[in-house]
Amino acid sequence: MNQHLSQPQDMVALPGAALDALMPMHIRFDQNGRVLRVGPTLKKLHGAVQNDSDTVLDYVVLRRPSGGDTVGGLLALEGQRLSLHLRSRPGLALRGQCLALPNGGGGILNISLGLSFAEAVEECGLTLSDFSHCDQTVDLLYLSEAVRSVSEASRNLTDRLVASETAARARAASDELTGLANRRALTAFLDRLSQRFDQPFGIIQIDLDHFKEINDEMGHAAGDAVLQHVAKILLAAVRDEDMAVRMGGDEFALVIRGTDEPAMLHAIAERILSDVKLPLEIEGQFVEIGASIGSTRSSFYAKPDPSQMLRDADEALYASKRSGRGQHCIFRMPGPDDRIIP
Amino acid sequence: MHGLVNRAFQGFLVDTYGTGVWGSIRRDAGLEFEDFEAMMRYNPALTERVIFAASRRLDKPPAAFMEDVGTWVATNPKQPGIRRLLRFGGTDFREFLFSIDELPGRAKMAIPYLEVPDLTLNHNSAHNRIELNLIWPKVNLSAVVLGTLRAIADDYGALVLMEAQETGPLSSLIEVELLDNCFAEGNSFSLGGGVT
Repeated sequence: MNQHLSQPQDMVALPGAALDALMPMHIRFDQNGRVLRVGPTLKKLHGAVQNDSDTVLDYVVLRRPSGGDTVGGLLALEGQRLSLHLRSRPGLALRGQCLALPNGGGGILNISLGLSFAEAVEECGLTLSDFSHCDQTVDLLYLSEAVRSVSEASRNLTDRLVASETAARARAASDELTGLANRRALTAFLDRLSQRFDQPFGIIQIDLDHFKEINDEMGHAAGDAVLQHVAKILLAAVRDEDMAVRMGGDEFALVIRGTDEPAMLHAIAERILSDVKLPLEIEGQFVEIGASIGSTRSSFYAKPDPSQMLRDADEALYASKRSGRGQHCIFRMPGPDDRIIP
Repeated sequence: MHGLVNRAFQGFLVDTYGTGVWGSIRRDAGLEFEDFEAMMRYNPALTERVIFAASRRLDKPPAAFMEDVGTWVATNPKQPGIRRLLRFGGTDFREFLFSIDELPGRAKMAIPYLEVPDLTLNHNSAHNRIELNLIWPKVNLSAVVLGTLRAIADDYGALVLMEAQETGPLSSLIEVELLDNCFAEGNSFSLGGGVT
């Protein structure tokens, strides 16, 4: 027993109601553990008392430190920080401190909500008057509620900013008329791809034939409709991981990822050529367009350089135009034979 | 000035008078954006311009307009949070008043950059009167506080007389006379009722 408790001038006799006010979550028990008094807030938390012969250990289960599973053991843990829970609420982690009373007077176990405060208050419908004025649990509740509101407002702001940034990025990387990627997006995409040696890719460049005539004879609206129509054809010809680009005017490009097999590039180009050739109805008139296509493969290059590849695809494209339009050529590295495979 | 304060002015105007009136006030005040962002900070001059423009548009003295804002802040059902946070201040209005000098500290705990007033409390026990001295860092928002106090007194069911007077450009005195602490049954408040 602590020496200071046994000094007569230090002894205070308190009525139970005073203990209730100072420690609304205490249990007062005798030397055998029999419960003499339970603080009002703890009563609320614990629920109805089963019977008079209950001991303190029928109310609480000590988690740490060990040894508190007997009344004597609990009293011996006097002054230590106790982790415990109520038998009626095993999910609620509580904090406690035990005081042994002198001369075999039993003890007092005082309990606080610890970090379970929000849960406990919610589950047991506690009010402001369930806490001693000196207990800062209410401030914790206030703070956690305030922080929740504030972080929600911050999250709303972040969400809005991210959404508008994504939209702005998409606008900066896409062609307004067709919704395809633009040249800026193409450059960035090719830069990324050309740094990955493990993944071949192909570039297909497409120029419309006789687009200028349509624009001149039928007006810009008709020209725009043709461009949008071609954009749809290009998107239908590639997969999600590929890229369809409007380079400007009537020039388009495709980037095919993961493969640059000539047969594959050729199949894609042929599909585009045949789709583009189908007559298109604009403002009641049927318009016939065509395209010339040139492509190149990353496997041609020891170290693929995007601008070199675009120049080479362009060269193949002009070869297609020279040999009568409406066809596809693949660029070939300079060698003894023809540079361009028709 | 913290966005939350500006946002309260905007929210009150939109909620009470509609987006059209808010639009006019926004233009009168020369704001170059549609909405105040709650989590950003603004030049205090903008807040003053909004108060001035609203007072002109609504044909009300600035103090009356600000008091309406303060009442709205604490009673607007769309954001029950503020009323709840204020009700943490005590079990009845008397206890709330006596802990009101903790309020700036509480607000700062939640929002460190909020411009809260320096607040001192004097209690004249003979007359059951309480004097609040408020000194503001940037814009005198005592009238908003007065409106909020009236709403909270009502929420607790207390009968009070309140009055505010300016004691300087950035300072005011609010006098509260507590006639009946439990005049009417107040609205209920449960600690655990927060929106999750």
